[in-house]
Amino acid sequence: MSKAYETVIGLEVHVELATRTKIFCGCSTAFGGAPNTHTCPVCTGMPGSLPVLNKEVVNKAIAVGLATNCTITQNCKFDRKNYFYPDNPQNYQISQLYYPICRNGKVEIEVDGKKKWIGIHEIHMEEDAGKLVHDPYTDSSLVDYNRSGVPLIEIVSEPDMRSAEEVIAYLDKLRMTIQYLGASDCKLNEGSMRADVNLSIREVGAEEFGTRTEMKNLNSFKAIARAIENERERQIDLLESGEKVIQETRRWDDAKEYSYAMRSKEDAQDYRYFPDPDLVPILISDAWLDEIRAKQPEFREEKKARYQEEYGLPEYDADILTGTKKLADIFEETVALGANPKKVSNWLMVETMRLLKEHEMDAEDITFSAENLAKLIKLVDSQAINSSVAKEVFEIIFDKDIDPDKYVEEKGLKTVNDEGALRATIEKVIADNPQSVEDYRNGKEKAIGFLVGQTMKAMKGKANPGMVNQILKELL
Amino acid sequence: MDLSMTAVELGKKIRNKEISVVEATTAYLDSLEAKDKDINAFVTIDREGALARAEEVQKMIDDGTLTGPLAGVPVAIKDNMCINGMLTTCSSKILSNFVPTFTATAVEKLEAAGAVIVGKTNMDEFAMGSTTETSYYGETKNPWDLARVPGGSSGGSAAAVAAEEVPYALGSDTGGSIRQPAGFCGVTGIKPTYGRVSRYGLIAYGSSLDQIGPLAKDVTDCATILEAICGKDDKDSTSVKEAGDDFTSALVDDVKGMKIGIPKDYLGEGLDPEVKDAVLAAAKALEAKGAIVEEFDLSLVEYAIPAYYIIASAEASSNLERFDGVKYGYRTEEYTDLHNMYKKTRSEGFGPEVKRRIMLGSFVLSSGYYDAYYMKALRTKALIKGAFDKAFEKYDVILGPVAPTTALKMGESLSDPIKMYLGDIYTVSVNLAGLPGISLPCGQDSNGLPIGLQLLGKHFDEKSIIRAAYAFEQTREYQRPAFAVEREA
Repeated sequence: MSKAYETVIGLEVHVELATRTKIFCGCSTAFGGAPNTHTCPVCTGMPGSLPVLNKEVVNKAIAVGLATNCTITQNCKFDRKNYFYPDNPQNYQISQLYYPICRNGKVEIEVDGKKKWIGIHEIHMEEDAGKLVHDPYTDSSLVDYNRSGVPLIEIVSEPDMRSAEEVIAYLDKLRMTIQYLGASDCKLNEGSMRADVNLSIREVGAEEFGTRTEMKNLNSFKAIARAIENERERQIDLLESGEKVIQETRRWDDAKEYSYAMRSKEDAQDYRYFPDPDLVPILISDAWLDEIRAKQPEFREEKKARYQEEYGLPEYDADILTGTKKLADIFEETVALGANPKKVSNWLMVETMRLLKEHEMDAEDITFSAENLAKLIKLVDSQAINSSVAKEVFEIIFDKDIDPDKYVEEKGLKTVNDEGALRATIEKVIADNPQSVEDYRNGKEKAIGFLVGQTMKAMKGKANPGMVNQILKELL
Repeated sequence: MDLSMTAVELGKKIRNKEISVVEATTAYLDSLEAKDKDINAFVTIDREGALARAEEVQKMIDDGTLTGPLAGVPVAIKDNMCINGMLTTCSSKILSNFVPTFTATAVEKLEAAGAVIVGKTNMDEFAMGSTTETSYYGETKNPWDLARVPGGSSGGSAAAVAAEEVPYALGSDTGGSIRQPAGFCGVTGIKPTYGRVSRYGLIAYGSSLDQIGPLAKDVTDCATILEAICGKDDKDSTSVKEAGDDFTSALVDDVKGMKIGIPKDYLGEGLDPEVKDAVLAAAKALEAKGAIVEEFDLSLVEYAIPAYYIIASAEASSNLERFDGVKYGYRTEEYTDLHNMYKKTRSEGFGPEVKRRIMLGSFVLSSGYYDAYYMKALRTKALIKGAFDKAFEKYDVILGPVAPTTALKMGESLSDPIKMYLGDIYTVSVNLAGLPGISLPCGQDSNGLPIGLQLLGKHFDEKSIIRAAYAFEQTREYQRPAFAVEREA
């Protein structure tokens, strides 16, 4: 390979907004109901039904727009995007083309310590489609309209990203911001956040963009990174072998690590967009904007700074704790219950992270409560249990959110602080392990560790380790 | 029972216990079942449901729950308004088996006022047409001359009222579909200001133009019905709450000092001289009652029809996409795949006029033509609205003909769609501007066919046109078609 290539990437990110009801009717947005139970004449496209805008969707879209430094279109409209497909009950999708609610935004990302702004072309509101289920027994397709009309925003970036790392950093930034706003849970695997990648390559130094492709069906950050590498290589191979990149939409198969063409630009449909006459223009007053601005939460960067300043946490801790809204929330709630911030931080960063990794879970999936974590920390602080017992108890809290006070009581896990009992045990350990005693006395400091371990074993782990050490040294 | 009574007269007799609701309902059902063999004003007649409902309404009148002027009065609903559990076809094959699960707000409001629905009236397929000849269920005939069209698209509703098959009916008006058939059939109809009546449950043709309104024998009925069906509806974002909805308070015979303008542009080429004379005579009658009448230049009239057909067809092409054989309605018998199913279902399910407008509408919205046609039509619409706003700075009411001619012979306009479109010249601009309009009879031509007078008002000023229409109505007797008189015996 003789030439050096640069990858140019822009993203279209769909995010399901966490409103209680759908965008144009009063049906529930809850995930996973029996097919066609969260439906009404509006979201099933019955003749004569009319859409009525859910104002909460506008509130959330504005909040995301403000958080991503967008200009809010104060007189915005909905348009119809016309195309025939059974998951789309009206055969048009209500979306925004001509006057999207947010424009000209940007977010800052950081990759390998280097900061960079990624431009946001626009954010628009639209309705989600239903779901087609193929029934192999009858060889027919069934439609479930529960998802039809669930509110979405589509965040369209500028082609400002140059690597998979930048794409992941940008998505992470969006996800974090939107989660902090409470506007969506942004789960890629459940489809509440979906990203399509527009990618082209050009020789380093070239001014013109190359021909781009659009990659769909990317269900995880890892899949996105793999698809970007794969598509970059595919386009370079094409150019190197004298062929052209064709403008087309491709579908990524993550299991096979391979993409295939879905449709080319020539097959592109004419969506015949026009303003939806059933909906009136949305007039967003300055007062409305101010109201949303006043309600904007503390975002990650602000939180990170505050954690260092207010709680004296190291930057490393603050960075990890604010990495997801869920961790930050638990941290703050636990501290509010009187726990020492650094201790809370340690539990979250070490044990919680380890268990999340072990169970292949995201921080959003955490179910334990701040109350029980605070109680556990108190048990350790008061030396009622020792740290190894605490770790065992925490695993159960992580799993079932049990009350540690009760659990420790019931299982008899309290540390034995009775010096008499401890002394008797240690005397027995010393008598039983003359070799180790000999070693220690001959200057082998490490041998005491074995004796401590034997004592803890004899005490079933419930001994106060400080006391064990002290008594051992005294007796030796 | 005297079937020539108005809705309000019948309502009064019912409240006074001179006639029972069942008696009235039965009388109209008997009448319409007999007459409709000739008129074909109905797609669906619901005898059983109407009689059950009549008994229910009678109880509610007796126990004092229902006290309004329309309680117990039978009504027919144009077949593009959804009624829960009742076949609703839009006079199309594609909805030939469609039974809605909910009721249109306007119909719900009539039901709350004690109306007894006897059935659904015939119309041009999806309200596209001015003759009621494009219906999949056969054309409706004009009770004044069975060889002529009743106008359209609410031809079934207008003919049913004129033939005394029903005291009143609801219609819808996108480009004149209430006013023109009212004119052709010698009855009265109001197209309210856009937003005055909820469109929820009205199967859309041109969403930015459609309005539901009454067709009845006189102005009093129309004002009373409109009062019952109007109002802001949370289910229709384009409906509004506006004052001036006490329409019956405008039923006074007083036009002294009212300023009435006649657009010269409405009296020019293409207007039948007999229609012109009758309309000008009506203006004179109002002048004699103290109104100040003058002619003026409205301008832009020639752009109304092209702008209307572009906007209405564009919206229709999208509104009618949902009829695809997937969820409800007609589906073709045999198909090879999804695309083939769509294609065959829609080819077989829609009639030629609907297909023509879907094609026209799809074309004007397609990439590369959107600005040249659709955007230009929207700008024209705004200019037309501006021209009316300017005229209404000077006049309280604008007066003119409803249509260039009286009722046409069957088949005359089907062969020449452009000619049919041109017949809408006096009605479409009212929809483009969103204004209220009333159509009422003002005489007959030498063939004995009714001539319609149209009065237009400012936004949400239905009361001025109701007042002018009521005052004019006092100067003449209601004319019954010979068909109704003969069938009475």
